[in-house]
Amino acid sequence: MFEIDTSQIAAQVCGAIKEISRNIEPTCLAALQNARDRETVPAARFALEKMCENADIAAKKGYPVCQDTGMCVVFVELGKDVRLTGKLLQDAVDDAVRDGYADLRKSVLDPVTRVNTGTNAPAVLHTDIVDGDEVKISVMLKGFGSENMSAIYMLNPAQGLETAKDLIVATVKNAASNPCPPVIVGVGLGGTFELCAKMSKQALFRKIGSHNPDPVLDDLERELTERINSLGVGAQGFGGGTTALGVFVRKYPTHISSLPVAVNILCHCSRAKVIVIGKEGVRYE
Amino acid sequence: MNEIRLTLPLDKAAIAKLNAGDGVLLSGQMLVFRDAGHKRLFQSIQNGKPDFDYVGETIYFMGPCPAVGDQVLGSCGPTTSGRMDKYTPYMFDHGLVAQVGKGKRSPECIDAIARNGGVYFAAIGGAGALYSDTVTAVEELYYHDLGTEAVRRITVKDFPAIVAIDSKGRCIYKD
Repeated sequence: MFEIDTSQIAAQVCGAIKEISRNIEPTCLAALQNARDRETVPAARFALEKMCENADIAAKKGYPVCQDTGMCVVFVELGKDVRLTGKLLQDAVDDAVRDGYADLRKSVLDPVTRVNTGTNAPAVLHTDIVDGDEVKISVMLKGFGSENMSAIYMLNPAQGLETAKDLIVATVKNAASNPCPPVIVGVGLGGTFELCAKMSKQALFRKIGSHNPDPVLDDLERELTERINSLGVGAQGFGGGTTALGVFVRKYPTHISSLPVAVNILCHCSRAKVIVIGKEGVRYE
Repeated sequence: MNEIRLTLPLDKAAIAKLNAGDGVLLSGQMLVFRDAGHKRLFQSIQNGKPDFDYVGETIYFMGPCPAVGDQVLGSCGPTTSGRMDKYTPYMFDHGLVAQVGKGKRSPECIDAIARNGGVYFAAIGGAGALYSDTVTAVEELYYHDLGTEAVRRITVKDFPAIVAIDSKGRCIYKD
């Protein structure tokens, strides 16, 4: 049994918040730069140039990339041979959010009273027990311009995968300029209502340019990317060839009566980091 | 792109020359507020005693980060304008000249902008650090309890944007 104090997890989450609020995820930035170099529509190229320039200023001067520093979403995959000590995991992660967001925007409030919590806590924490003796922590600062454009559909089996594909593309089309395209699209297929939504968020941690290990899903991702990039929405909705930097799909078995489809949209500034704590120390994926 | 330099407050003659798709660099003063500020202003308007006036102004939909380092105002890119659509026709009909935000607007907003000879600029969403570098002064005016959503007046220099809806009601966004 490998013991980890939750304060070690908090320290990593806090460090990640400070770092990724100022630095776009590297594969996302590279994809933006590629899109800028290819774009021929003047207003879209202008937008992509400003996005790349912004990333540069943020990294060099230590300014938050975007004023919407988001709500902090944390996935913890806890190895079954790890024993957590110290505070409750949720409390430790919320400590990390309070510290990490000290000089960032506080965007989190009570949904009924609309009174701000004042600290950006609590985080949205998902915990899964997995094999092994490591803890994998995936941290994302999720902006809500794009979160608001996300959707979930409970299709019936007769509608099938073709309808699912049409709806995924239509969701990005209808979101249009609102989620700050070029976007990254996370898709969940199957499971239950809540698992489907969770998978669509987890999919957003994939690196741009990475392939899905499932060849059928990999083909599906390629097809969806091509269809979305032919919509003509383009950077900031100004037209052109880059509406999505990537489309990533996860699936899980579902019920004979249903085909759940979740589409979680991420803006062009992906702020995400994956940390693994194990016996040999800390590594970043 | 050759950007057109514009000075705020904008006059209707300068606005009339702009076409959807033009790049602009804005310099001068803007009022800044977003969802909660609009909601509260409209409550005061409905109560017959507006909390403040916006005639002749340019309103920027934005809620900043706290300032860090040598920033005058923290990171400060645009938020989604569509959430302010329900307030927008009334405001253009009562003297507002321009809005700055990001994203498409309702047909009612486009009509109101056209019938009043106004303009809607799209700033580049997500470019918070870049916009922070354009801010030379900031003053928090009203609704201090709203934190990042308080009403502010900012002074900008060479703030880049695109004309998204021009005074003829032409729009850069496809349906």
